[in-house]
Amino acid sequence: MMASKPKLHYPNGRGRMESVRWVLAAAGVEFDEDFLETKEQLQKLQDGNHLLFQQVPMVEIDGMKLVQTRSILHYIADKHHLFGKDLKERTLIDMYVEGTLDLLELIIMHPFLKPDDQQKEVVIMAQKAIIRYFPVFEKVLRGHGQRFLVGNQLSLADIILLQTILALEEKIPNILSAFPHLQEFTVKISNIPTIKKFLEPGSKKKPPPDDIYVRTVYNVFMP
Amino acid sequence: MAAKPKLCYFRGRGRMESIRWLLAAAGVEVGPVWEKGEGLSGQERSDGRLLFGQVPLVEIDGMALTQTRAILSYLAAKYNLHGKDLKETVRIDMHADGTLDLMMKVAAAAFKPPGEKEKSLASAVEKAKTRYFPVFEKILKDQGEDFLVGNKFSWADIQLLEAILMIEELDASVLSDFPLLQAFKTRISNIPTIKKFLQPGSQRKPPPDSHYVKVARTVLQF
Repeated sequence: MMASKPKLHYPNGRGRMESVRWVLAAAGVEFDEDFLETKEQLQKLQDGNHLLFQQVPMVEIDGMKLVQTRSILHYIADKHHLFGKDLKERTLIDMYVEGTLDLLELIIMHPFLKPDDQQKEVVIMAQKAIIRYFPVFEKVLRGHGQRFLVGNQLSLADIILLQTILALEEKIPNILSAFPHLQEFTVKISNIPTIKKFLEPGSKKKPPPDDIYVRTVYNVFMP
Repeated sequence: MAAKPKLCYFRGRGRMESIRWLLAAAGVEVGPVWEKGEGLSGQERSDGRLLFGQVPLVEIDGMALTQTRAILSYLAAKYNLHGKDLKETVRIDMHADGTLDLMMKVAAAAFKPPGEKEKSLASAVEKAKTRYFPVFEKILKDQGEDFLVGNKFSWADIQLLEAILMIEELDASVLSDFPLLQAFKTRISNIPTIKKFLQPGSQRKPPPDSHYVKVARTVLQF
């Protein structure tokens, strides 16, 4: 019997669900999506007790309704061997992912800032990336000379870092100019067949957030 | 004999408190504690132990661990508090993530200006009463077991107790509609390692006061 596909519940845009789409795609897992467009749809999910803490993202997978972005990412990573070969590798991957998610958080929140603050925030994002996060990953890659961040195999850390780099490059095209190993990393990970497919038109990858997405989010989530 | 883990943080709860709880519940003695900002230099920042230049830092098993959730996951796995299989682990993760979200709201409130701080704390209490505690009350009711996941003490139980006590500090009556959580609180508090942690002289830190806020702001420059 064929297992049913995971089903994602979220508005039709990146937000906190995009990392989940990246990891499922990288793992070669096909999935369905139920897009939240109205407050009523969210209410229905909440009233039906489908959302543990009344929040999305929510992913129906393996008979469970998973919530909390990190918990979802860890579950998929564990299931699809993207979390290292032992506890030490897993923890290293976890640390890298947590740091990268902190940076990605700035990108996720950006469209919801006041227009006057948005330009300032791009500068802050760039600074954080260039001063705090990229040097760490550049050093890791330079240090072991391998294609992947941890354990010489693809992991959650590589996927989330690539997602974040590409999202930053949309706003700051030359952001990797001082990081040759990260430039090489970006090319190599992008060429992994499942990821290459995800980066092509027609995939479930979502476009950068626009006014329609922002309005949808306000409609669905504002009281 | 394994060396005791070393903790580096401010002398306050913040993001380290859940880690202190987990170590204490597992019966792990903590080694030297470096407390930032109290006459210590910024040495740790520059010598590479702080992966992204941030604390909490826990030195354990030859590793310098940072990133709160990564540290908690490692400790939970190491001390058998993370479930017996992937399905239990993800349930524990969801519960722990939820209670951590709630506690971080309380922790963040300490840094807000007066007026905003009280509103944030009231909002946290409201979320506890309407969003989080009903969920855990229902889980306990539906399962009829002593613990949240797999009929076994786990990281999820430790964090729920921590969250309950934190919210009770803000509103002593918060569990009045949740009889099973009241029983849970008593039961988990009486586990010997946790009972010890709840007594004076343990690593447990008091609620954030203005001194803690000042030190954190000065060291972290915000």
